Amino acid sequence: MHNKSVAELSRELESGKISSVELTRELLDRIKAEDGQYNSFITVTEDLAMADAKAADEQRAAGNANAWTGVPFAHKDIFCTNGVATTAGSKMLANFVPPYDATVVANFRAAGAVCLGKTNMDEFAMGSSTESSFFGPVTNPWGLNKDEKRVPGGSSGGSAAAIAARLVPAATATDTGGSIRQPAALCGVTGLKSTYGRVSRYGMIAFASSLDQGGTMARTAEDNALMLNVMAGFDPKDSTSADRAVPDYTATLNQPLKGLRVGLPKEYFSDQLNPAMEQQVRNAVKEYEKLGATVKEVSLPHAELAIAAYYVIAPAEASANLSRFDGVRYGYRCDNPQDLNDLYTRTRAEGFGNEVKRRILVGTYALSAGYFDAYYLKAQKVRRLIQQDFINAFKEVDVLMSPVSPSPAFVQGEKTSDPVTMYLEDIFTIAVNLAGVPAMSVPAGFVDGLPVGLQIIGNYFEEARLLNAAHQFQQVTGWHQKFPQ
Amino acid sequence: MQWDIVIGLEIHAQLATKTKIFSGSSTAFGAEPNTQASAVDLAMPGTLPVPNEQAFRYAVMFGLAVNAEIGRRSVFDRKNYFYPDLPKGYQTTQLDHPIVGPGFVDVDLAGGRSKRVRIHHAHLEEDAGKSLHESLFDERGQGMTGIDLNRAGTPLIEIVTEPDINSAEEAVAFAKKLHSLVSSLGICDGDMSQGSLRFDVNISLKPKGSDTLGTRTETKNLNSFRFMEQAIAHEVERQMDILEDGGRIIQETRLYNGDRDESRSMRSKEEANDYRYFPCPDLLPVVIDDAFIESARVLLPELPDARKARFKEQYSLNDYDASLLSDDARLSAFFEDTAAHCKDAKLAANWVLGEFSARLNADNETVAQAPISGIQLGQLVARIADNTVSSSGAKKVFEALWNGDGGSEGNAADAIIEAQGLKQVSDTGALEAIVDEVLAGMPEQIAQYQEADEKKRKKLMGGFMGPLMKASKGQGNPRLFTEILQRKLNA
Repeated sequence: MHNKSVAELSRELESGKISSVELTRELLDRIKAEDGQYNSFITVTEDLAMADAKAADEQRAAGNANAWTGVPFAHKDIFCTNGVATTAGSKMLANFVPPYDATVVANFRAAGAVCLGKTNMDEFAMGSSTESSFFGPVTNPWGLNKDEKRVPGGSSGGSAAAIAARLVPAATATDTGGSIRQPAALCGVTGLKSTYGRVSRYGMIAFASSLDQGGTMARTAEDNALMLNVMAGFDPKDSTSADRAVPDYTATLNQPLKGLRVGLPKEYFSDQLNPAMEQQVRNAVKEYEKLGATVKEVSLPHAELAIAAYYVIAPAEASANLSRFDGVRYGYRCDNPQDLNDLYTRTRAEGFGNEVKRRILVGTYALSAGYFDAYYLKAQKVRRLIQQDFINAFKEVDVLMSPVSPSPAFVQGEKTSDPVTMYLEDIFTIAVNLAGVPAMSVPAGFVDGLPVGLQIIGNYFEEARLLNAAHQFQQVTGWHQKFPQ
Repeated sequence: MQWDIVIGLEIHAQLATKTKIFSGSSTAFGAEPNTQASAVDLAMPGTLPVPNEQAFRYAVMFGLAVNAEIGRRSVFDRKNYFYPDLPKGYQTTQLDHPIVGPGFVDVDLAGGRSKRVRIHHAHLEEDAGKSLHESLFDERGQGMTGIDLNRAGTPLIEIVTEPDINSAEEAVAFAKKLHSLVSSLGICDGDMSQGSLRFDVNISLKPKGSDTLGTRTETKNLNSFRFMEQAIAHEVERQMDILEDGGRIIQETRLYNGDRDESRSMRSKEEANDYRYFPCPDLLPVVIDDAFIESARVLLPELPDARKARFKEQYSLNDYDASLLSDDARLSAFFEDTAAHCKDAKLAANWVLGEFSARLNADNETVAQAPISGIQLGQLVARIADNTVSSSGAKKVFEALWNGDGGSEGNAADAIIEAQGLKQVSDTGALEAIVDEVLAGMPEQIAQYQEADEKKRKKLMGGFMGPLMKASKGQGNPRLFTEILQRKLNA
C-alpha cells in the first residue's frame, strides 16, 4: 500500500478496498520503523492522524468524499498547524505551538486529508542539504551504505526523503531558491514550485517574502496536480496572493504534447554541470521530441548574475523577517536576561544556527546606510533583468528544460564548511524564484545510482502546462517509479 | 545677538478606523491589555499584513483638505529596529512614496495676521504597542516591564511640515488648526490625552536674517498645546544660551517634561539607529486611482475655514467669535443646535463661548462629554432673549441643566424656570407699583440723585436697583426697572 500514489490510494479508498484508518495505521507504523535512519520527520502526530482518519472514513461513509478524503500526507514544518508544534527546523521555535493554521494547512484539512506529521527542513528554509536543522540532518534514502550517508537536498529535504522512502505518498514543501526542486531531484521524486502568488503564504513561516512560494511534492505529476488543486488560490489573508481563477490541474494532464516548443537555455548547460548529469537531461529532452515536442536553444543572458542578486535580496528580506524572533512574545528565550539588550543578543545568539546568523548578517549589511544602493538596489535591478530574460524566452518557447542541480546527492558534511559551494547547488533553480515563474523537477534518470532531475520551467501561471508535460513524460518513462533499496 | 527661530512639526494622528491598518483587530481605546491583539498584531510566525482600505481613504481625505497632491502609487517600507513594543522588529511605514504629497495649511494668528505653513508630505504607518513600567513584578518581587499590544497596528498618518513656523505662538496656532482639521474630517478623534494626536517639534536658531539653517533638535511627544508652547520656549532659551556662550547645538532628540518644565537628551544623531529602510515585500504597491480619490472627496465635510465664513454670513458673527466657534467640529455643531433653538445667534454664541465653554474647562470635559445638549442650551437662550429670565436667573437655570435637574423630557429650561420660580416679571404695571413703593421709602437718595451730575447719576442708579430687585424677589426685569426708574427720577 505504501508504494501507491495519491491517485491510486484515492481510488482504493473510494472502492472500499481499504479504509483511511488502515492506511494511516500502516504508514504511521512504517514511519516508526524506518524513519530512525532518515530523520525526515520532526513531529509525528499519531493520535491526531488516527482521529482524522476515522473522521475521513465516516465522511466517506456519509457520501461526502473527495479525492483527498482520508489520504495520508505530511506538511513541511514551515507551515503553521493549529495546536501542533511548528519549528521551521530551529531551536528558536522548538517550543512554538501556533494557535492558527496556515491557509495551505486549512485547505488540506477542509479537503479531509490526513496529516501524519511535520517534516524536517533546513533551519528557516536556509540551506540546500537539510543539514542545518536544529533537529539533526536528514539522510537521503538513495545511496545509503555503511560508510557514507548522502544529503536529500534542501531545504525541503524531509518532505523529499519521506516520499522517496515511501513513508508518505505526498508532502507540502516550499521553495525560495530551489528548496522544492533540488531535494525532489536528489531524492528522485516529483516537485512543483508554483508561480509566486499562486499559493497563499499565510501561516508559512517567512524566509524571503518576495521569493518564498509553497508547492507540492509527490512521486507522480498527477499527484502534484491533485495537491495543487487543494493549495492554489487567492487568499484574503495574503495580499500578495493572486486573485485569479484556479483550473482543475488534473483536467489537462492527458493532452498530447505534439507541437510543444521546448527551449534549452544554453547558460544552464555550462561546464559547471556534471557531464553524466547533462547526458541524462539531454536523454529526457529526446523523450520529449519523441512525444512531438520541438526543441531549440534559447538564452537567459543574465543567468550568471542570479546567485549574486539572490544572496543580497533573500538575506535582506530575511534579516527583517527574522527580527520578530526576539524572545519577547513566543519561542526561545535565553535564561536570566540581565537587561533588554542581553535578552535580545543571547536569545538570538543561542536560538539561531550558524547559517541563519550568516544570512541575517549579510542582509543587515546589504541594507545598511552607505551600502543599500550598491547592494540592495543593484540586486533589484538585476532581478528585473532576469525577469525580462524569462519573459523574452517565453515569447519563443512554451517551456524551458534544464538540469535541476549541477551534481547528484552529495555526501553529508561535504559542503557544510564552504557556504559558497553550497549556494552553487541552486545555480539552475534560483533565477526562477527571482522571476516568480513556476517550475518542476521530474525524475529523469540516474548517475552512479543516484537520481537526476529534469527541470521544466513555465510561463507565469502555466502550472497546468508543466504538469501536463511532466505527466506525459511519466507515461513513457519509469524513473519516478524507482525505489531506493 | 538677534535670532530667528525656525520650527518644523511632525504630527502623528491616529486614524479613527474601526480596525487596525494591517489586521482586523479593534482599535478601541482602553481595553484590557492585549485583548485587541491578534496573531498578526503579535507578529506570530507566518502571519501577513492586509491593508485596511479605510485608512487609505482617511489619508486621502486629509490630503485633499490640505490642498495636497495625492501619491498615486503608495509604497510601504520596513523601518527596522528592535524594541519590545514593536512586535515585528520593524515598523511598516512609507519612505519614498507617501500617500500625501506637498500641500499647505493657512493659519489665523492674533491681530488678524495669517500664515501659510507648507506640508512636506504625510504618510501612512502603523503605531507601536506600549511598554508598561508600573505595578508589574515577578515572583521574586523584581520590577518587570509589561507589553500591551492593543495599540500596535493602529493606523497613523505622520504629517511633516516644512520649517515655516517662526514662534511658539505660530506653532500652537498651527497645531490647533491641524487638530480642528482632522477632527472636522472625522479621521481622528483628536483626543490628545489618549495620544490620538501627538506632536514632535524640530527647532533651530539662526542669526537674524541669515539664510543658513542652524543645527536642529527634535522634542518628542508633546501631548498638549500648553506643553508644546512651554517646550518650544524652553528649547529656544536653551539653544540661545548655548549659542550666545559660543557653544554648538548637538543634533539630538530631546524629551520634555511638562510638569517640571525640563528637557533632557534622549539620543544624539550618532546614537541614532540605522533603520535600514527597504520596501516591504509582504505588501504590493497600492494604486490610488481617480475613483478612489472621488470616494474620499465625497466624504469631505465642511472644513473650518468654510464654516467660519458661513458663520459670519449666516449668523452675523464677528471674525473672532466665528473663528472660535468654527475650529472644533463638535463645538460648531453644538453652537448651531443652540442657535437653531433661539432667535438670537449672537446671544447663542456668547453663551456657548462663555458659560458653556468655561464650564467644560472647569470640569475638564470635552463637548462630547457635556451633560447638556445644544438644543437644551438653545431653549434656555430663547428664554433670555424673550425676557422670561434675567441673565442672572439664566445662570441658575444653566447650573441646574448641567446637573441634570430638568429631566430629559421636553423643554428642560422651562421646567427649571417654573420649578425654581425664576420667571422674571415684565409686566410694566406691576413693576411701576414696586418702583413707586420703593422710591417712597428713599427720599434722601432721590434728593442726592437729583442734585448729582450726569456722570454721578449713573453710579447712584445702582443704589436703587438693589432694593428693587429685593422687593421683586429677584424676579423683576432689570432692564424695565431701569427704564421706569429713569423716567420717574428724571421727571
